[in-house]
Parts: sequence; structure tokens; C-alpha cells
Amino acid sequence: MEKVLEVRNLSVQFYKGGKGIQALRNVSITLKRNEVLGIVGESGCGKSTLALSVLKLIPEREGKILSGEILFRREDLLRLSDEKLLQIRGDRISIIFQDPFTSLNPVFRIGNQIAESLALHRKDNLSTSETEKEIIELLELVKMPKPRDTMWSYPHQLSGGMQQRVMIAIALSSHPEILIADEPTTALDVTIQKEILDLLTELQKKLGLSVVLITHDFGIVSQICQRVSVMYAGSILEEAWTSEIFHNPLHPYTKGLLGSLPSRKEAPSYFQGEKRRLKAIPGQVPDPSNLPSGCKFHPRCPIVIEDCKLEEPMLREIIKNHWVRCIRAG
Amino acid sequence: MLADGVMLNIKNLKKYFPVERGVFRRVVDYIRAVDDVSFEIKKGEVFALVGESGCGKTTTAKLIMRLLQPTDGKIFFYGKDISLLRRRELARKIQIIFQDPFASLNPRLTIGTIVGEAIKYRLETTGERTETKKIREETKELLSRVGLPVNILNEYPHQFSGGQRQRIGIARALAMQPELIVADEPVSSLDISVQAQILNLLLDLRDSLGLSYLLIAHDLNVVRFLSDRVAVMYQGRIVEKGSVKKIYDEPQHPYTKKLLEAIPTSEPAAIE
Repeated sequence: MEKVLEVRNLSVQFYKGGKGIQALRNVSITLKRNEVLGIVGESGCGKSTLALSVLKLIPEREGKILSGEILFRREDLLRLSDEKLLQIRGDRISIIFQDPFTSLNPVFRIGNQIAESLALHRKDNLSTSETEKEIIELLELVKMPKPRDTMWSYPHQLSGGMQQRVMIAIALSSHPEILIADEPTTALDVTIQKEILDLLTELQKKLGLSVVLITHDFGIVSQICQRVSVMYAGSILEEAWTSEIFHNPLHPYTKGLLGSLPSRKEAPSYFQGEKRRLKAIPGQVPDPSNLPSGCKFHPRCPIVIEDCKLEEPMLREIIKNHWVRCIRAG
Repeated sequence: MLADGVMLNIKNLKKYFPVERGVFRRVVDYIRAVDDVSFEIKKGEVFALVGESGCGKTTTAKLIMRLLQPTDGKIFFYGKDISLLRRRELARKIQIIFQDPFASLNPRLTIGTIVGEAIKYRLETTGERTETKKIREETKELLSRVGLPVNILNEYPHQFSGGQRQRIGIARALAMQPELIVADEPVSSLDISVQAQILNLLLDLRDSLGLSYLLIAHDLNVVRFLSDRVAVMYQGRIVEKGSVKKIYDEPQHPYTKKLLEAIPTSEPAAIE
């Protein structure tokens, strides 16, 4: 399959208290056409930083991209002029965020906010009536129950789920090729979450989108992603097809995360002996300003050996299309 | 009449919030946040209230903690009406742990004071002597019980991660030696790996101390793992209640069915 986006060896640093913090260390991902790629990890693992870096949205005061390439149509986005970047960001590559309420401007009507995006990204200078028609079509596309009424509403008049639909409509208004969804349903109730995920899946198929879905929830990954990358402390520890990750996780961290899920009743970890207990990973996510030596997971790892503490392992392809960053795997 | 082993008995509980309009704050309507809710919790049981935001589950918890006055209905603890108890007495029976471990600990107090104050309050209530040394010893004991190092008495909440703060909150609740703990979304702000640690801790404490829990949660996977019985709330009412097995395997109410169908399964569907 054709690659639509390729991130190569991306490293990103933030400044905090005069110190540099490595938020991403040599992260590489490849997104293929019509694919949903999941990036999963716990807070602070760098998954949102990755999403922001792809669009060069890291504020200059806060951090910078140290090295790496972000290839879209054989062009490195990191080397583009701001002007050229604007023709891609929000246009060919769109993004939706976790909290729809803070992403929408509270003082403008929904219609105006979609119109703004249309005016920016459509080259064909739409007339007022054409714009209105487009807005209604977009709102119908994201299945708003009353598109005509919604157009005249303010964000606070809509529920969280409806606001997220509007955000998706805005993101799709430029007919992008790639959609980056950063925790798109985390702020929503489960029944609404299901509606939004169903909508995203349907739109992805209908419009032929390639999607990068960033989430902490393995349940969401299992539902809509074809491939998944597991991140920890700024780097990718494992990457494989979704069903492969679930049925044959090879990195101890991935195994631990799956064992921590209360939903996997059938997993042997659910009952430890007679008692109902989860197989939790001991310890906690390391402080990004004070990462351990060698493998970043070694202090919490159940199968750690001396060599793990010396050198950070490489990402190796242990089974075809199944990459793992662990010297003890395979 | 007390059924066998019933600890908390809630009868026809209602909480209506008035909707006021105009300069004279005329009451034009009521929001029925909790509308005729009844259930009971047995000793040693984990009882869960589940539902989506705004369904009234947290309001129910606040009514039980007497942080709100009910519009109607009664709450009995071992047959005693809790509205007749002194606050101190109530605090010794029922404690709460909150969702947000950042907001629920005073940032200006040390861990030793946060937990120690609760121990002191209990000792005063029972009329025991409040010696500083005794309190420190007990604080250390509680911290190790919840899996924290004991040398953190002089540290402040900001020095700890979310999971550790939740443990501190649990230690503070345990300081009152309660029989029932209301856990309002205890793990929903935590990362998956830490969430599992706290869920295990809650079960360990139940086994070692014989605690009962009222679990308030929206995550149906967490509820299934932790609870014995479940009540599903929707728009202020309980639409269905029963054992975990019954609710999850044979849901009757359409809302329960919808809620269960919405859970991501964590098993990959057939995506090629």
C-alpha cells in the first residue's frame, strides 16, 4: 500500500525550568493510504507531542524539533516555508482534539466557524449561498440531527458529542487526505463515544481518509485501528497489526498494559489464584526530565536483566510486521 | 425490619434542585437530580452506581455523605437514620474518596498533616488521647497499608504522582476507620497501569479490613471487575439493578443494553 505520511527518527525537546526534556526520541511511524493507525500510551508518553509535531504546532517558546523528517508527498514538512506549510496544515492534513468545547470559539455561531474554514481552504471562492449549502452538507455528513438549526447555534448550546461532530465537520471541510484525531472521545460519555467512533469509521471508509488515532484506550484501538504503535517515555516500544498486538504482545510493557485492563475477563491475569486481582505493572511512568538509563521500561520490567540497564534497545522486526524494542523478546 | 447484613439502606431518596427565574428568584421548575432512588448495601459488598454524566450518581453520593440535604427520602445506616447522627459519628462510619487526587488534597499541608488530622479527629471523637507520637506512628502504618513509603510525612502533595495521591486520599479515608467507603470515580483520572494498582488495592483493603464500598463510576469495565452488585442510573432514576453477572449477561432495560453495547471490548473486531 502507498505511504501517505512518514515520520522518520523524530526527536522533540521541550524546555522546562532551563532544562531540556526529551519528549520524543527517534520516533518513526508510517501511515498508509486508507489506514487507521493507532498510537497508544499513557499520559506523558509523547503521543500528543507526536500529533502536534507532525503539524509543526509545537510553540517555539516551549520546545523544538531536534531532528528527523516528516514526509508528506515526498516533501519534508519540517523544511517547508510557513506559507507552503499552511497549504498542507488544516488543508491536506487536519486535526481534531480531545476537548471540542475549548476548540470552538464561544462567541461565533457554528455556521460562521465552518465558513471560516471553507474560506481559508477552498480555492473556488464560494458565494454566500454556496457556502451555506456546503455548511449544511458538511453538517449532514457528520450526521447532525438538524443541520439548518445547528448552523445558527452557538457552541454552548450543543452537547459535547454534537460539538465534536462540528469539529469533525470543520476538519473535513478542506477534504483532507489525512486526519489526526488526538483522543477524540476521551471527554465524552460511553454511548456518545460509540456514536463518534462509528461516525469516524464510516467517514474514513466513505472519504478514503488515512487516520492517525491517538488514544490511551486499548478498547478504542481494538475497534477501529488496523495497526498500532505502543509508546512509552517518548519512544515506540512495539508496533504491529492490531490483532497481533492483542493476541501476541511481545514487549513486557504491552503485556503489562493488557493485563491491567479490567475488561479482559478472559485473560489469565484477571484472577490471580483464588482472588480477583488485575496484573498491574508496578511503579509508575518515569519523570521525563529524569529518564532511567538503557531501556526506559527496565525499572518496572518483570524480566529485566543487567544488559537492559546499559543500552537502549533497537526496534527490531521479530515477526514479519511486528516490531519490538526489547532485547529479551523473540 | 432489617434484612440480613444490610449496612446502608436508602429509601425513596429524592433531590430536586430549584430552577429560579427573575429578580424575585421565583422557582419555575425543578431539576430532578435524584428521583426516588432506593437500594441497599450489605456488609463487605461492593455496590456500584453506574451511569453517564448528569445521571445523578454523584448527587446520590453527596446525599449519603450529608453534603447535601435530600428533598425527600431517608438513608439508614444499620437501621439508624443518618440525618439524626452527629457529623463526627457519620464521619466514623462513612468516608469518601474522590475522583481528582489533585483537587482533593490541600496543597499547603504535608502528607503527615493530611492523614494525621484525620486520625486526630477520630481519636477526639472516640474520646481517646491525642498524642503526637501515637498519631505519627499510626500515620506511618496507614501509609504502608496503602503501599506508600513511610518516610514521606514531611512532603507535600505536589511531589507525588496521580496514583500516589489517590493512595494518600485512601489513607486519609481509612484514618477514620470507616465501615463504608464511597468511592466517587476513584480511578477515572489515572493511567491504565496505575488504575490497575488502585483497583487491586481497593480489593485488598476490602479483604483485610472488611470494608464495603459504594462505587460511583462510568467505566463499565471497572465496575464489572470491582463490584458485586450494580444499579444503573439514568436521568435521576435507577432503571435496573442486580448482580454483576445478571446485569452484564442478561440486561433487561433498553438503556442498560445500550450502555453495554457501547463498551469498547478490548478484543479486536475482525479488521483486516
